Amino acid sequence: MSTTSMKSGAARELKNHTSLGQTIRNSLTMAYRGLLKIRRTPEQLFDVTLQPIIFTLMFTYIFGGAISGDVASYLPVIIPGILVQTVITTSIVTGVQLREDMDKGVFDRFKSLPIARIAPLAGALLADTVRYTIATALTFTMGYIMGYRPEGGLEHVALAGILVIVCAWAISWIFAFFGVIARTASSVQGISMLVLFPLTFLSNAFVPVDTMPKWLQWFVDINPVSHLVTAVRDLANAGTVGWDLGISLIGAAVIVAIFAPITVRAYMRRT
Amino acid sequence: MDLVYKKRKEPNNGDLAVEASGLVKTFGHFKAVDGVDLNVRAGTIYGVLGPNGAGKTTTIRMLATLLRADAGSARIFGHDVVKESQIVRQLIGVTGQYASVDESLSATENLIIFSRLLGLGRAEARRKAGELLEEFGLTEAAKRPLKNFSGGMRRRLDLAASLIAQPPLLFLDEPTTGLDPRTRAQMWDTIRRLVKTGSTVLLTTQYLEEADQLADRIAVIDHGRVVAEGTLDELKASVGTSSLQLKVTREEDFVIARRTVEQVLGIQLMVSHDAGKITAPLVNVDRVTDVLNALREAGVHLAEMSVQKPTLDEVFLTITGHGVTEDSAVASTETKKAEVAGV
Repeated sequence: MSTTSMKSGAARELKNHTSLGQTIRNSLTMAYRGLLKIRRTPEQLFDVTLQPIIFTLMFTYIFGGAISGDVASYLPVIIPGILVQTVITTSIVTGVQLREDMDKGVFDRFKSLPIARIAPLAGALLADTVRYTIATALTFTMGYIMGYRPEGGLEHVALAGILVIVCAWAISWIFAFFGVIARTASSVQGISMLVLFPLTFLSNAFVPVDTMPKWLQWFVDINPVSHLVTAVRDLANAGTVGWDLGISLIGAAVIVAIFAPITVRAYMRRT
Repeated sequence: MDLVYKKRKEPNNGDLAVEASGLVKTFGHFKAVDGVDLNVRAGTIYGVLGPNGAGKTTTIRMLATLLRADAGSARIFGHDVVKESQIVRQLIGVTGQYASVDESLSATENLIIFSRLLGLGRAEARRKAGELLEEFGLTEAAKRPLKNFSGGMRRRLDLAASLIAQPPLLFLDEPTTGLDPRTRAQMWDTIRRLVKTGSTVLLTTQYLEEADQLADRIAVIDHGRVVAEGTLDELKASVGTSSLQLKVTREEDFVIARRTVEQVLGIQLMVSHDAGKITAPLVNVDRVTDVLNALREAGVHLAEMSVQKPTLDEVFLTITGHGVTEDSAVASTETKKAEVAGV
């Protein structure tokens, strides 16, 4: 110990709060940790690689004929829908893994370090955007292979992808909250599925809304997932930006504004 | 290094690294910690000794800002653990009972991440990680994932991670539980070296030997309460005095030897079960010389002789009263012998 030396040791000032800059630096370091973990355990990525492939194939060929007459004309409808559904489903994993991670001893060390309290959470969520990116790229690729040629062009498809990733990141705060308050990882999965299924299926992701009963249409219309799906369709299929994009982004911001603080508070209270 | 620590300690009035009073923590109906007071002087090793479930870990977690106390207060170098928790975190290092490092990452990656979190730059973090790995003899295994690490290596890495910021106070929660004797001794050496550089160490243990080996002062904790506190010698003395044990070479000398000892010490001896063995309580250890002189004059030859202090085992068992009688405490064989030369 006597061999080590640290210049800043004597000059270390003691502050009882963390600055914004430090919060960002800490979060980025924690995100780096998340990325390292993904690189070390690539089997974690099974779900984000297989789900887009299987779901896209399955839904397109099962529903294509019935809903749009043929597979080719269903693709512009289903690809944005399946994209949103897949990426949001992927964000559940964030909550589940957070729960598993928090049960490990290393989280005790994070809590005992003089770092921003939000950093372990924000970092984990940030690292998971890699998963959303993989899911997004694979879904579009599958669509392309099956004959989907989005008219909005590559740049609008990329924008649509970024929009979905941003929204999924916002939504992952909900699951992070479940992850923090739940007792076990499997219960996180359970609660999250319960929230997620109505949200993704009671939307315009898979079928035209006008085929649904009136009371259901009311819900589908206010469902933020519907707006996100519409925004993605506008961008990818026509290259246009509509009001739905605004609603999606506002919705994402509202979710973060609500769930980020309560998640951090629950995280700090729980030990 | 020494200078650095002194500088940091001075502003904190007095030299107490830890000041806790009346700490209480209840889980449901279970009172894990029930009014614990602790005072740890800076630069010392303080041992918290107690059986499983006595409340050691809960106490440490409260002191290390990991858990909020239901009642009572604690200060680390004069800073309140609740109100100034972020300051306290800059002064402490915590090594948990279960290694608090990342299993899926390598040793280097772990140390780099912790260094970065503590504000070191990229190059600095890498250098620091290298230094610590070398110091703890982990260089060869630096790149392997921790999954393949032995328990001892994991603990060493854990301790290394706690030392990145060179905190003036270290909490070690059962640092050697589950380690083999050789690794345990290495860990002890490391802890001793740490204190020489000016660190204060608060460690919990259920190994009496460990507290005996390392700690300057000890608090014995049981059912969430401190049942005894003091230096090792104070604790041992509180249980009983030393005892003199003699064994004569020739059986026939036994009666003479016994009578001589009784005369010199002025007490009545109980008959020992071991043939030829005499055990006499000693109020004053210096009287041993008188006993030995008297025995020589009486022409008694000794095969064996020792003066024993009560062991920490005995202290612990007597204080906590877990099913041990006074008799078995005296009869305990696992002892540190104070050999007297020239017999």
